[in-house]
Amino acid sequence: MAENKKVIVRVKRQAGPKDAPRWEEFALDWRPSMNVIICLRDIAERPVTRDGKATTPVSYESNCLEEVCGSCAMVINGKARMACSALVDLLEQPIRLEPMTKFPVVRDLAVDRSVMFENLKRVKAWIPIDGTYDLGEGPRMAPDLQTKAYPLSRCISCGSCLEVCPQVNEHNQFIGAAIISQVRLFNMHPTGAMHARERLEAVMGPGGVADCANAQNCVQICPKDIPLTESIAEVNRQAIKQAIFGWLMG
Amino acid sequence: MRQPKIIIVGGGLAGLMATIRVAEAGVPVDLFSIVPVKRSHSVCAQGGINAAKNTKGEGDSPAKHFDDTIFGGDFLANQPPVKAMCDAAPGIVDLLDRMGVMFNRTAEGLLDYRRFGGTLYHRTAFAGATTGQQLLYALDEQVRRFEAEGKVRKYEGWTFLSAVMDDSRICRGLCAMDLRTMEVRAFRADAAIFCTGGIGAIFGRSTNSVVCTGSAQGALFLQGVDYANGEFIQVHPTAIPGEDKLRLMSESARGEGGRVWVPKRAGDTRPPLTIPADERFYFLEEWYPKYGNLVPRDIATRAIHKVVFELKLGIGGDAAVYLDLTHIPRETLDRKLEGILEIYEKFLGVDPRVEPMKVFPGMHYTMGGIWIDNENQATNVPGIYAAGECEYQYHGGNRLGANSLVSCIYGGGVAGPAAVKYSRNIEKGCEGVDASVFERERKRQEETNQRLVTQDGSENPITIWKEMGQVMTEHVTVTRHNKNLQQADAALQSLMERYRKINLSDRTKWSNQTLNFARELYNMLVLARVITLGALARNESRGAHYKPDFPERDDKNWLKTTRAKWCGKIQLDYEPVDISLIPPRPRRYDVAK
Repeated sequence: MAENKKVIVRVKRQAGPKDAPRWEEFALDWRPSMNVIICLRDIAERPVTRDGKATTPVSYESNCLEEVCGSCAMVINGKARMACSALVDLLEQPIRLEPMTKFPVVRDLAVDRSVMFENLKRVKAWIPIDGTYDLGEGPRMAPDLQTKAYPLSRCISCGSCLEVCPQVNEHNQFIGAAIISQVRLFNMHPTGAMHARERLEAVMGPGGVADCANAQNCVQICPKDIPLTESIAEVNRQAIKQAIFGWLMG
Repeated sequence: MRQPKIIIVGGGLAGLMATIRVAEAGVPVDLFSIVPVKRSHSVCAQGGINAAKNTKGEGDSPAKHFDDTIFGGDFLANQPPVKAMCDAAPGIVDLLDRMGVMFNRTAEGLLDYRRFGGTLYHRTAFAGATTGQQLLYALDEQVRRFEAEGKVRKYEGWTFLSAVMDDSRICRGLCAMDLRTMEVRAFRADAAIFCTGGIGAIFGRSTNSVVCTGSAQGALFLQGVDYANGEFIQVHPTAIPGEDKLRLMSESARGEGGRVWVPKRAGDTRPPLTIPADERFYFLEEWYPKYGNLVPRDIATRAIHKVVFELKLGIGGDAAVYLDLTHIPRETLDRKLEGILEIYEKFLGVDPRVEPMKVFPGMHYTMGGIWIDNENQATNVPGIYAAGECEYQYHGGNRLGANSLVSCIYGGGVAGPAAVKYSRNIEKGCEGVDASVFERERKRQEETNQRLVTQDGSENPITIWKEMGQVMTEHVTVTRHNKNLQQADAALQSLMERYRKINLSDRTKWSNQTLNFARELYNMLVLARVITLGALARNESRGAHYKPDFPERDDKNWLKTTRAKWCGKIQLDYEPVDISLIPPRPRRYDVAK
């Protein structure tokens, strides 16, 4: 009977940053078009494990539920992805939910990704406008340039590319594909290009673009299909050029 | 001269714009947000932002934008602020362009504009179908720049609990809670600007993000901040129903030529593309020949309800109609609408380029919100300002598509300097207020937490929330009957009774999302009652507020703003609408205006 069909979910729980992780298993009532968020909400409404033990609701981040805010990234069946677009019927059961491993755990599936926002500061990922007062229109831009830049500007800072990158580990603070791709984006913009040097300097040296070892996992995992390896290659080229000829341009 | 200090709550478009303006004025900002600001609900806006730049030789102008907005809002909006917003819109789009927003371009390298609902002009600038995301990121980047310069301090992962009022009922700061440590802290500020967004969660499922609960608005209301036109709720005609949320299918799909239809024969189960054109009912085009698929949202939503519930013509007998893009070249769709097509594809596994989408109306936006004045985004409480969806000023009885982004940025841009001016002119700054004023409010909030985590009861907050959502969606959205509204209010009151018996399944003191949700739930229930009672009282039909028993707009009795006040109970007052610029006229979309 369809009504009795169950969804089995195993969640890696962790009470706080310093606590030891443990697994809990839940059996939920299956409904059509369920996603992982609906599973977590079911658990919150009735926090009882499969073997009947009362527990607490699972902590996790979520917001837009349409894969555009970047909040609900987690490791689902071993793969970093967004929980909202992870449809239960397309997942093998038991569904295993774990926090991402490259960021400190806050609680359960919630992790602290503030390093990504800090790195956006480091590379000056903005257009330095003179002010918000009326200075007329922005620079004209060829439609082709917009077509190239727009996909880069859809990065949701989910952190999946860091999660799968072998160069991001306890021995190496590689800044990661998402940030490097933002350097490319801002260097592409006519106003942003005027300050390309500052951004390139920020990704030269330890943890910078040269630390990429070309595993190419990032481009495969990106939920927004951003051409991340292309971005890394391009920024690497710009950085080398800057390193060789930079002193000439003074 | 003393240095004022300003707090901004909410980091969506309105909050970020306010932050930029305050920081630009040299005043330090503390910016509070539940989520990292880059993840705010503004990311969900899809179709575009309106600005009458008249780049297509159609004779568009800010005056026409103003008229469309007032007419679209069924004459309920105060006109001078709307005019000021429409006049400012082209400058706002220029500014965003300078900030690097990757707007779609024409062959000449200018911004491209598309059509949207409720207008006959190409007035909507867009960045694919993820315009809100692109705009939010542009403002987020500017704020990050100020943050790097030490002018803005972010409190991300904090939630607002209450304003701190001194004995003269002047706001002197606020109480907020760190969502990790659950610490409640009071912060001093000369002024606080609230940019806390929508209230979708009150309706259970909506197109809104999880954080759009309206909790801040509810909390402020209980502290004496008036709430206006709460009964005006926009139900978007085209959403994809889902158990966790109703995912929006942007109006831009119709702006780019998408057509809405159902099979003419009830219960027709043939695959849509095998149904010949003469056996399809393009009801919007037939009923509204002048605007067709681009009638305003309230009108399209009621038309779909009529087709589904009265004419029983929903697809295969279900509550759904087709939104059809299959006649549009794939290249155009990918260039202009990719973001939303991707959503449909990912969540339903069907490619809308080759198969018509199935959509149904879903709760989307509140036109009503915190009452503010006509000049400064100032509420009735000194020191409290509001901007963005959480306030009521710019959309009257129905918001036009692509006007929300412009109202957020405009409102935030006005609120920032207004709060700075107020803060510089007050006699006594927040630093001079006695610490006991802050401590008593902090204690009050701490006690609420303590009560919630220790009390024993039989009720689950999520169950109460779901029931509230069902009641509100069933009785307080598209079609409203007084009998049902009375029932809805009774149901809300009984849910508030049950709320007293909630039992939290999580009593821990670290990152306790259950406790936070329970706190928000109470504020949601309060606001739900404000909305319901406003709807019950308003015996007319205007914009999104539709009562079959009172089917006409009644300017004689109801051309007035509802102003809800808290005085131990909810009290509804009314005030005149400023109609000094455009005399009200009947609102019709079957013919040209």
